[in-house]
Amino acid sequence: MDKIPDNRAWWLVLPVFLLVAFSALVPLMTVVNYSVQDIFGPGQAYYVGTEWFKEVLTDQRLQDSLIRQFAFSGAVLLIQIPLGIGVALMMPKSGIKGSLCLILVAIPLLIPWNVVGTIWQIFARGDIGLFGWAVNQAGIDYNYTGDTVDAWLTVLLMDVWHWTPLVALLCYSGLRAIPEAFYQAAEIDRASKWAVFRYIQLPRLKSVLIIAVLLRFMDSFMIYIEPFVLTGGGPGSSTTFLSQTLTTMAIGQFDLGRAAAFSLIYFLIVLLISWLFFTAITHADKEK
Amino acid sequence: MAEIQLKSLAHSYSANPSGPGDYAIRQLDHVWHKGGAYALLGPSGCGKSTMLNIISGLVQPSEGEVLFDGKRVNELSPRDRNIAQVFQFPVVYDSMTVFENLAFPLKNNKVPAAKIKTRVQEIAEVLEIEDKLHKKAKNLTADEKQKVSMGRGLVREDVSAILFDEPLTVIDPQLKWKLRRKLKQIHEQFDITMVYVTHDQLEASTFADRIAVMFDGQVVQFGTPTELFEAPNHTFVGYFIGSPGMNILEVERCQGGVRFDSTELRLEPWQSEILGGMKSDNLKIGIRPEFIEISPVMSDDTYAAEVRDVEDLGTYKIVTVKLGEQQMKVRQSEEFDAGIGSQVNLLFPGQWLMLYVDEFLVQEQQ
Repeated sequence: MDKIPDNRAWWLVLPVFLLVAFSALVPLMTVVNYSVQDIFGPGQAYYVGTEWFKEVLTDQRLQDSLIRQFAFSGAVLLIQIPLGIGVALMMPKSGIKGSLCLILVAIPLLIPWNVVGTIWQIFARGDIGLFGWAVNQAGIDYNYTGDTVDAWLTVLLMDVWHWTPLVALLCYSGLRAIPEAFYQAAEIDRASKWAVFRYIQLPRLKSVLIIAVLLRFMDSFMIYIEPFVLTGGGPGSSTTFLSQTLTTMAIGQFDLGRAAAFSLIYFLIVLLISWLFFTAITHADKEK
Repeated sequence: MAEIQLKSLAHSYSANPSGPGDYAIRQLDHVWHKGGAYALLGPSGCGKSTMLNIISGLVQPSEGEVLFDGKRVNELSPRDRNIAQVFQFPVVYDSMTVFENLAFPLKNNKVPAAKIKTRVQEIAEVLEIEDKLHKKAKNLTADEKQKVSMGRGLVREDVSAILFDEPLTVIDPQLKWKLRRKLKQIHEQFDITMVYVTHDQLEASTFADRIAVMFDGQVVQFGTPTELFEAPNHTFVGYFIGSPGMNILEVERCQGGVRFDSTELRLEPWQSEILGGMKSDNLKIGIRPEFIEISPVMSDDTYAAEVRDVEDLGTYKIVTVKLGEQQMKVRQSEEFDAGIGSQVNLLFPGQWLMLYVDEFLVQEQQ
């Protein structure tokens, strides 16, 4: 069949274009708009170029919070990915036990963020919280509202509790997709448990691990509600992560230009790091 | 290397087998001798793979014992039985290169690196994949993958036995023949006990010195290809081996022999004698198409039959004849030229006329 060139066909792209425009382009451009202007009120906007960006990049408060954010996301990945794989490996393969485990593991995922924050705020209290009380009874001085390290560990523990199940479920589904024949062949080849994990299970988990790493990185990098409810960013600003700093700046101080510039940088960092992870993992075993 | 003995083995995949139909393997006694090249032949679903998996330890038999050199190994895992097995569909570890795949069993056995290298090289040469050693296994074609899969089975020198579960299913015909020769050579070179499962009689007879034919969860005959051909121990062997299979006719007793419809067949005296001592009425007569002769003259020993069909297979002809109400196949040379509908005189040489009682061959007592 001959193709008939007709440029009117471009109109067919219009619905998608409109959809994308309203879902992404328009909101994004609004932020871009704020980031290059200083706005005092309606009709009182002055173009400032890249001034906000320069200011934001040298802002000590933001830099500190960025470092904290990287430390937090790094810790989250380092703990949750191995732990999630471990949990998935230990879960029963099938039957009623398997189903029961799946439900139990999935429960934290069903709890709303602010409820998670509230749960841990009470749970970790030294006076009426079971966890805080037990730790204190064990002779360890623990107070997440006063001590920086304790606050950090509590936020981290809360995130691990909340989100490791996601990694575990993803890995569990990946593990179930490995044909029995591989385990049989490995058994025949006298592979040790470690060799089975390293050469059969891990390589076949790769695709779900890409998803798990990306999701956990992005989610943890944008974490807001849980530490906000749990510690309110304190003590001091020790658990104030990027999104909280940003929110304070945009809504608390109504510093829209600076907040907009910073939002864009924030967005680019998430994009860049996600891309790096993805490329690193997918290129890891390309043919030499 | 080991002698593998299966002692009153039975296996059912259901937890509470209620009858013989639930068993994949029924009451099986068998010995694979040390250093032999054996084939396990049978139709799909007869229990071949189950038997193989029981030997290797991937499946625990519900009843009976597996003995390696007289020692019970039922409780040992495949790892501890030190056995190699090649599966029907290629299993390659796709994150590794071909070299790493072949080296994997050796590495697991803590073989020194230098030894691994020479051994892998050796096996790769035998399988003609030495130029692919550094390719990722996932980028191989199906038959290269199967070669790698096979290579992993062959690479260990100290195995008790190597089991092949229809390893050439995915390989194209020309290569099949070559690989089968290869396996045979490897067997001669390394003198390892090999059991080769297949449903292809040609494959079985080119590979093995002795063939075990399995039917319905039992080994019905264990013998050389010639034995299987000339004296099938079970009607199924007669039917399964040979192309076309044996002519098998249901018969009933009569004076001096057996008969079907109105045709009476004389038996050898010793056959009649044994038959006289048996009660069963499940009697069959079997004769191979190759052994039926067509005589130009009618005599007391010939039976008149009508030619129903002639298939010319190039080097010989398969003639379908009708004797009474029964159809039989007869193999004839290219010179055979009787037309369809014509009468021929069949001759059944006594030594090739096999009598089966309850499906098993009646054999002359030595």
